[in-house]
Amino acid sequence: MIRLNIDGETIEVAEGTTILEAARQLHVHIPTLCHHEDQDIKAVCRICVVEVEGQSLLPAACSTPVSEGMVVRTASPKVIKARKNVMELILARHPQDCLVCAKNGSCQLQKTVRDLNMNRSNRYETQVRHARFDDSSRSIVRDMSKCILCGRCEEACAEGQGIMVIAKENRGFETVVVPPYGKKLKDTSCVNCGQCVQVCPVGAISIKDETDAVYEQIDAGKYMVVQIAPSVRITLAESLGYPPGTVTTGKIVNALRKIGFKKVFDSDFSADLTIMEEGTEFLHRLRNGGTLPLMTSCCPAWVKYCETYGHKKLNHLSTAKSPQQMFGAVIKTFFAQKEGINPENICSVSVMPCTAKKFECKRKQMQDSGYPDVDIALTVEELAKMIRTAGINFGDLDDREFDAPFGLGSGAGQIFGTTGGVMEAALRTVYEVVTGESLEKLEFEEVRGMEGIREASFNLKGQEIRVAAAHGLRNAKELLDQVKAGSSKYHFIEIMACRGGCVGGGGNAPKTLKKLEERIRALYEEDKKLPFRKSHENPYVKQLYSEFLSEPLGEKSHKLLHTTYHSRQDLLR
Amino acid sequence: MEEMRVLLRNRGKIDPRNASQYLAVGGYEGLRRALLIESGEIIQELKDSGLRGRGGAGFPTFRKLQFAYDAPGGEKFIVCNADEGEPGTNKDRILLSTDPCSVFEGMAIAGKAVGAHRGFIYLRAEYAYLVPILEDALESSRKEGCLGNDIMGSGFDFDIRLRSGAGAYICGEETALFESIEGKRGEPRFRPPFPGVKGLFGKPTVLNNVETLANIGPIFANGSQWYRAIGTQNSPGTKLFTVCGNVKRRGVFEFPMGINLKDLIYDVCGGMEDGRALMAVQTGGASGAIINASQIDMTLDIDQVSNSGGRLGCGTILVMDDRNCILDIVRNNLDFFRDESCGKCTPCREGGTRLYQLVSRIAMGKGGIRDLETIKDLSETMRLTALCGLGHSTAVPVTSSIRNFYPQYLKHIDKDGCPVCSLEGGEA
Repeated sequence: MIRLNIDGETIEVAEGTTILEAARQLHVHIPTLCHHEDQDIKAVCRICVVEVEGQSLLPAACSTPVSEGMVVRTASPKVIKARKNVMELILARHPQDCLVCAKNGSCQLQKTVRDLNMNRSNRYETQVRHARFDDSSRSIVRDMSKCILCGRCEEACAEGQGIMVIAKENRGFETVVVPPYGKKLKDTSCVNCGQCVQVCPVGAISIKDETDAVYEQIDAGKYMVVQIAPSVRITLAESLGYPPGTVTTGKIVNALRKIGFKKVFDSDFSADLTIMEEGTEFLHRLRNGGTLPLMTSCCPAWVKYCETYGHKKLNHLSTAKSPQQMFGAVIKTFFAQKEGINPENICSVSVMPCTAKKFECKRKQMQDSGYPDVDIALTVEELAKMIRTAGINFGDLDDREFDAPFGLGSGAGQIFGTTGGVMEAALRTVYEVVTGESLEKLEFEEVRGMEGIREASFNLKGQEIRVAAAHGLRNAKELLDQVKAGSSKYHFIEIMACRGGCVGGGGNAPKTLKKLEERIRALYEEDKKLPFRKSHENPYVKQLYSEFLSEPLGEKSHKLLHTTYHSRQDLLR
Repeated sequence: MEEMRVLLRNRGKIDPRNASQYLAVGGYEGLRRALLIESGEIIQELKDSGLRGRGGAGFPTFRKLQFAYDAPGGEKFIVCNADEGEPGTNKDRILLSTDPCSVFEGMAIAGKAVGAHRGFIYLRAEYAYLVPILEDALESSRKEGCLGNDIMGSGFDFDIRLRSGAGAYICGEETALFESIEGKRGEPRFRPPFPGVKGLFGKPTVLNNVETLANIGPIFANGSQWYRAIGTQNSPGTKLFTVCGNVKRRGVFEFPMGINLKDLIYDVCGGMEDGRALMAVQTGGASGAIINASQIDMTLDIDQVSNSGGRLGCGTILVMDDRNCILDIVRNNLDFFRDESCGKCTPCREGGTRLYQLVSRIAMGKGGIRDLETIKDLSETMRLTALCGLGHSTAVPVTSSIRNFYPQYLKHIDKDGCPVCSLEGGEA
């Protein structure tokens, strides 16, 4: 243990603790901009400088480890002056249009400026960082004039996802973080995962806002149908300021009706549908010597990644659409027929934890009914904004039920929202369908957890089935490389592009690992509460097959619920 | 005044590409002796010699070796910083082009001291034409058994590879240099961890300037007592000075530490050219302090220069006569630093350009006293908060020139007109 003195108080902390962490133990929050608790130390913004006795310079608290007998002053006049001067330099490059910025109210720069009490006018001429505004992507808007060069997005993309679509270009005053060779984001191998949005402390990277498109459709008198993804009930409240893991299913349904949606459906239902199709596809491949391992296709960021980096192995991807798209197809066909509505007059909206879903719903393959399966994919963050805009006092709302007949999902559908969930849901069904026996224990603990890659094997009527689940594309690459090399030992692989799966998706409120753990815990608790916990037991799924689709992988489901992929290798050129 | 050639002893006397000629004049003798003793003894000998770094900071060389020696881990590296980017500095180029084996020798001795078997020379991109000379010298040293496996039959292996960047000044900063060798964008790392513990490729690394390394061979060939007798108490040995600017005789000169700046200018370099008057001297490169003509009676060793507010740095002496405007000089310095800032940390990235803008405003006769206050305030913040040495010292020429040439600044602020200014020079 190391003994040191911070602001007059003596404290003992473990060796290797930084000044920043030690100060937090004394309830002093030294301001930071580039620091992110789950990322590498960067020490570039220099806002967290402190005074250490015996040192002539001001070291950064985030990167300086404590040492025995150290005497630190975290907010001496000298320190405050230096911080304000550094902040003044940052502000002289930053646009001053905070009121209309996507991050207004949640911006870390804004908060730090307020905390620092920047009480005098800037001595430098405002010179906004010169950089091209890029809204070419369907999912992400990049406004590098707002960038403070913290380096977090670079790390999220390069280290977290292993893609490195963006990096620093130029030098000094002209430095910008951009895609290479002046490309627009849409022309890069960006998978739209939104992990850069998650870590950006300012408004430089934000979710493409499509809330206005929803209002337009309501205004146009469209029949508004909405589905909410399994993880949305877990994370929405957080975007409105509630603690992580606060589950608000009934309030969300209520709020969506108030906003103007006629039908509010649960994507847990279509997750069950996905299991029926994908599970059947898996068994079909297993029994008929089809291409294995089968890789899941419900994560659109992963699908684009595979189309780009694994374009020769697309036959390993399940042809099953994602729950979002299956639901959309069913809404524009079965539901429209049943309700006697012209599908053209339906506006199918989804609320997703995911920025890549915006890209997915615009894929040209995703209109098998003759209409786009999903017209608008909103993120959790956008819905939270719409709830605020509508003046809804979310906390006081009564719980309401989803609409029939697609308002019931199983626990298996519910756990789609986290890494390993699709695999576990599939195993629950595949096991029972193949063996005809009832599972004693539904939880497949081996595929749960936060390890980058988890693997397990099961005995399926004498045949050993080996499975793996990975989250984060860096880990996915490992499994994909094995498939490419022909050395993959698995039969079934689940991939989620975002760490933690959908509850860690780029469309949610910014996460930390700690918050993620809370979300995942809440998600598994929801699974336990549900009346049905296996997809094949969902009575409405059975009904859909008997009334409309007839059977999994049947002609109709093949047309509506399955899709094709294509190589995007050219994005790497 | 007579030069004392320790480092430049072989300049023009041997073929730099040919290690056998180096051997013939007593080269690699220091290495041969160092190979006979233990690591601890090598470090002790360097400590006794009092050798300090010649790259700029003047850090005791033995301590760098001690850190890496003490650091746990099998693989360690020796890196030679040959990214001589300081404007007006040519000493490393002279050493590498005339006597490269003396640098290899120093690296091998350092390698033996810390247990490193691989060394890298990070060569300034603009010195690409030296690559064939260095490659030949390396190959020839290997043939002579002075590099490679089982050096001189001692059982010790050490070899050297050349690396180069793309020509960024910041890559002369040790950690940015590591990043560059590793194939990344040249940006400095925060410290700690220090290179001695976690340097190149995350391994304990000793990085030294070309000139520092060239000192090591002679120290082991002649003994630390001999070395101690040269130079001053706290800065033993000789120093290469690159004198440039408005003197009659410019070039790289070798003198014992402690030579007087005035003697260097007037005696060695023959005084001012064209009979002009001395206006200012900048020591230690572009980030060095600028002093006025009344301050040049100064002893040039590491501590005494820094006591007088400047730094000896890499030994570059820029002499300026009265045809120059001090604000032009400072603007030129700042233009260099704002261009060479890597952009990683806020104070240097933003502050460097702001300093340039503020000084330019004054130089153009559009500035005020308030701008001087802002300059001082910003300079202090940059010094206190920047991530690396570049940001810490960008403002040194500004603050020192304000101190030593205050009337010149006032003249521009008062729009009195500056006859030698390249800009409007305060003409109202």
